[in-house]
Amino acid sequence: MPARRVSHYSGEVSPQLTPANASLIRELKRLLGPTNVLDQSEDLILYEYDGSVEKGRPDLVVFPHTTAEVSQIVKISNKYGLPVVGRGAGTGLSGGAVARSGGVMIVFARMNNILEIDIANRRAVVQPGVVNLDITRAVEHAGLYYAPDPSSSKSCTIGGNVAENSGGPHTLAYGVTANHIAALELVLPDGEIARIGTLHGDPAGYDMCGLFVGSEGTLALVTEITVKLSRAAEAVKTILAVFETIDDACEAVVEITAKGITPAACEMVDGWTLCVIEDYIHAGFPRDSGAVLLLEVEGPREAVEGQASAIDEVCARCRSREVRVAKDDRERDLLWKGRKNAFGAMGRLAPSNYVLDGVIPRSKLPQALNRIRELAKQYGFQIGNIFHAGDGNLHPLVLYDPRDQQQFEKAITVAENIIRMCVELGGALTGEHGVGMEKNELMPLLFSDADFALMRRVHDAYNPDSSLNPGKVFPLSKGCGEIRIRKVKESGARV
Amino acid sequence: MTLTANLASRLAEVIGAHNVVSAPEELAAHAVDALVPQMIARPTSAEQVTEIVRFALSEKLAVQAFGSRSKCEMGMPPARYDIAIDMTHLREVAHYDAGDLTLSVDAGTPLRELATFLERHGQFLPLAVPCFESTTAGGAVASGIDSALRQQYGPVRDFLIGAEFVDGTGQQCRSGGRVVKNVTGYDFHKVLIGSLSTLGVITRVNFRTFPLPAASGACLAAFANWQQALTFRGAIAMKGLPLAGLEILGPSAAEILGAILQRTDANAAGLLPADEWCAYCSYEGNEPVVARIGAELKQSAKDAEARECISLQKSADEPLGGMLREAYEWLRWASPATVLHRIALPQLTPDVLGELEQFAISANLRSALLIRAAGVLYFAVFAETEGEAAWSALAEVVGKVNKLARANRGYSSILHAPAAVKTRVAAARIALPDAPLQQRLKQAFDPANVFAPGRIVGGI
Repeated sequence: MPARRVSHYSGEVSPQLTPANASLIRELKRLLGPTNVLDQSEDLILYEYDGSVEKGRPDLVVFPHTTAEVSQIVKISNKYGLPVVGRGAGTGLSGGAVARSGGVMIVFARMNNILEIDIANRRAVVQPGVVNLDITRAVEHAGLYYAPDPSSSKSCTIGGNVAENSGGPHTLAYGVTANHIAALELVLPDGEIARIGTLHGDPAGYDMCGLFVGSEGTLALVTEITVKLSRAAEAVKTILAVFETIDDACEAVVEITAKGITPAACEMVDGWTLCVIEDYIHAGFPRDSGAVLLLEVEGPREAVEGQASAIDEVCARCRSREVRVAKDDRERDLLWKGRKNAFGAMGRLAPSNYVLDGVIPRSKLPQALNRIRELAKQYGFQIGNIFHAGDGNLHPLVLYDPRDQQQFEKAITVAENIIRMCVELGGALTGEHGVGMEKNELMPLLFSDADFALMRRVHDAYNPDSSLNPGKVFPLSKGCGEIRIRKVKESGARV
Repeated sequence: MTLTANLASRLAEVIGAHNVVSAPEELAAHAVDALVPQMIARPTSAEQVTEIVRFALSEKLAVQAFGSRSKCEMGMPPARYDIAIDMTHLREVAHYDAGDLTLSVDAGTPLRELATFLERHGQFLPLAVPCFESTTAGGAVASGIDSALRQQYGPVRDFLIGAEFVDGTGQQCRSGGRVVKNVTGYDFHKVLIGSLSTLGVITRVNFRTFPLPAASGACLAAFANWQQALTFRGAIAMKGLPLAGLEILGPSAAEILGAILQRTDANAAGLLPADEWCAYCSYEGNEPVVARIGAELKQSAKDAEARECISLQKSADEPLGGMLREAYEWLRWASPATVLHRIALPQLTPDVLGELEQFAISANLRSALLIRAAGVLYFAVFAETEGEAAWSALAEVVGKVNKLARANRGYSSILHAPAAVKTRVAAARIALPDAPLQQRLKQAFDPANVFAPGRIVGGI
């Protein structure tokens, strides 16, 4: 007797184990061994959230070691009518790995083997639980690396990266995860094991990897990934350009883009955020600037020299106070450490922070940051800006206290306004964090009923019962929605 | 009134009489693998495209969208084909943000027009595809054909950032957007690439554009055998030399192209030596970068025992590079009956090249090899006459090539073949490894099979 049948998810389902699940637990423990199944609430509570502000407790957490086990877990879960949610390291920022309607959470942390490395052909075959940076560590001796580098690259897994089509600072030059995936092994919602893509990387027939990468775990579970490896650049220069005002820094980014200068990374940090980071990391960032740009140029020595001097010229024209080039690897690493640990540094200032993710055309950067400034003033918030300026990927960071109901409400309103602004400026809801359960209600801002009808048909072609990661990506309510966490707060589910 | 004339007049009621053509000579020109449509629709807006698809749905007709029709013979023969949709009247630049390097254009916009337009802003689109002068932006995407600049800029999926299209239910849909980084919703624009319009009719495509390089250069190296040419290719990869284009011609391919250049361009005539493997490299950047890459290529060619490696002046590079971009064209028309394979292998070895040549020799057929960017191999097999014997021999080679590709963990597709050969290949029921998943995708996009079915291998 199914404990809970999930079909075309249309609302919240409160997680609740029924007596029928006792035999499910027995079956899973028999399959995986007792140490690979968690069913006690004190254990499950650790898996009820990811890096976002969302929560949803799974009924069970399981740790498979093989694709065959994943397939069996899915079949058993189906038998009991429980939804299945895949999870890597849980560093995602849109609730993609949160068990919104309970069910069985498959944590891939123990499927973390690098199965094959082909240096000559620049390919690696890895399990989904392999940590992003570990791929680079395994191949760097041969002058290769895995290009997409999310800020969480030391902890996030490649499986999670594939689900969310993750980005990072260097995706400006090298593209997001989808550009670096050749083939995938999948477990479909009925437990069937399938392969898509080719070892070469070019699709045979339709570009199935193009569809499944970034589908946020709503079409299939990924159990093996063939990644493309890149050759490390001959020369790298990391440049810190310091500006008196954000406007000047924005102008520099717009000009760098328009002039066709192509840095590998172009990150902006505003002056206030910079002070917070400096207090935490001591990277040598100035404490009295309006904003800095952290730029990286890579390639042949001559190209790097040319690009660095072109950037220097643009920054000077945009009234930069100082343009500093990292002297050595140590200094370079320190600058990047400051950038990548910024969100952690914020934890010292407020009980919680809300990292937004929106995209705008790069030419609209000054307008967007002005508007964010106005909104911060209007609602009385400190909003930090530390983001991928080179590809227009904003990450405004709203500091708030979730225990203060009024402040919480205002934080969500600010967030919504910022995302709506991105759309109004010709941008998109998310550049790299995914839609998940954070922005699914905002999807109608970009997509029509016809778009959703097609998305639904494609979803149902692979996941007809919505048994896989239900309640994600698609809006659940009619009409133009709102950021979901407001609802959660109202329903009292979120603390 | 005949049934066809009746249908045409009813479609004319929907989109206007001047937008529907049923003259026999025009219909014949729109044949795909000898299948002639009943009418041609020439929409002037995306809305009209939806009307045409809805009309086809209501009449249970099959449609096939085209741009310039330069690559309409790619793919397998359609099982049904009633209405040709000529997209060349949708050709506006809908959006261009030079400062953001993003562009949105109607599907029927010719690439040549776009190149001229973008050049005025110091930018370009790295879609260096065959039939460049006539190919439309939508056609280049739908065909998924290789770009000669892929080595540096990647395949079109790396810079296609969004698309609008009409799906198989007659609805206008969109995917992606106009920003360079975007993970909102499913990436349907990626599956449209190379779909041969079997998933939807593309009405608009959005691209990331690129700055024109400050300087460029090219060189041509000649090798006595493939081992040397592959050594040269390996050295380039090991050094990580950033090439814009890389094409290695086998002796037969060099001979065919050499003869064409001999006839058409005095500056490039005599560049390609007979009986040798020729490696063409193009590269871009600032002046010092171009100078250095040129020097390093010469050294690598010397290390690989090249007979010679010459730098190409612009006057010679333009015709030679231009013709290499057109390889699909001159290879497929080099004999009365040609099969042009596109083989993507994880690793290209001399053994594979040897086996391919042997397949042709044992069938008593000529062949030509061209190793393209990203290790994609074009293998053309030529029959000197048309007819049952030639088609059988060619189909047999196709079977062997498929087997070889799969044995080497790769995949082979047919870019061009006589209809009779394709029919034989289709009868062999070669299925893609993930055919069931692909079939589900087709069903979701096109539940009524309104988009000419059968054109993707495996009958999709």
